[in-house]
Amino acid sequence: MTDVWYAVSDSTRRQVLARVAAGPCSVGEIADAMPVSMAAVSQHLKILREAGLVSMTPAGRRRIYQARLEGLAELRAELETYWTQALHSFKQVAEASYLAAKEPQ
Amino acid sequence: MSITREPTSVDLEITVDVPVEHAFKVFTEDFDRIKPREHNMLPVEIAETVLEPRAGGRVYDRGVDGSTCQWARVLVVEPPHRLVISWDITPAFQLEPDPARCSEVEFTFTSVGPEQTHVRLEHRHLDRHGAGWQGWRDRAAGDSAWGIYLERFRALAEA
Repeated sequence: MTDVWYAVSDSTRRQVLARVAAGPCSVGEIADAMPVSMAAVSQHLKILREAGLVSMTPAGRRRIYQARLEGLAELRAELETYWTQALHSFKQVAEASYLAAKEPQ
Repeated sequence: MSITREPTSVDLEITVDVPVEHAFKVFTEDFDRIKPREHNMLPVEIAETVLEPRAGGRVYDRGVDGSTCQWARVLVVEPPHRLVISWDITPAFQLEPDPARCSEVEFTFTSVGPEQTHVRLEHRHLDRHGAGWQGWRDRAAGDSAWGIYLERFRALAEA
């Protein structure tokens, strides 16, 4: 599965995601609203789909793209990353300052 | 380190090789060195993050230009064992003015030895942000909040 952070690292791709998030749409509708080709939009959608950010539903001959709004899960993952980073920093800071206080140079 | 069970909360734990009093003191007084700097709602770089360790205190970032952004309220301070703060940030990375739509984060510090402390973090009531999350689509246009938010976390995750 494509990394979600990689998927949103490209500004054009973020614009594609924003357009999809605004409402279900086809590749053509996205390309119409942006200065990029349909082929390029398709490539961006592929990566967004692989990252789980966008889903596709066939509608006749068209493919309709939709943002996956399993928001709570995304939010939890983001907060988990954030707090994990904070706790690791805390451990380093606390242990270093304790050692420094216990064994003054 | 993740021990998450509830779908609407994030649970994490870590063991730190210091006495519980020291752990609590560092966490509350040196929060500036703990909170990831990349997480910033100010338009300028953060000079420092301040946590006022008393019930009713503020948690805020102060930018290099002196501007401030208060993103949490201190709800409970029980040295050296417990600290609870609110989380006044929407999933679209905006300040949440309605306390009913804010989640909260509880930190508990438990002594497991003379020089060892177990710290547990519970970021709970994430469902309170529900309505805010629904609105992220409207704010996600172009390079606005959501994409930038993810960008920052990506940088953080890869740091």
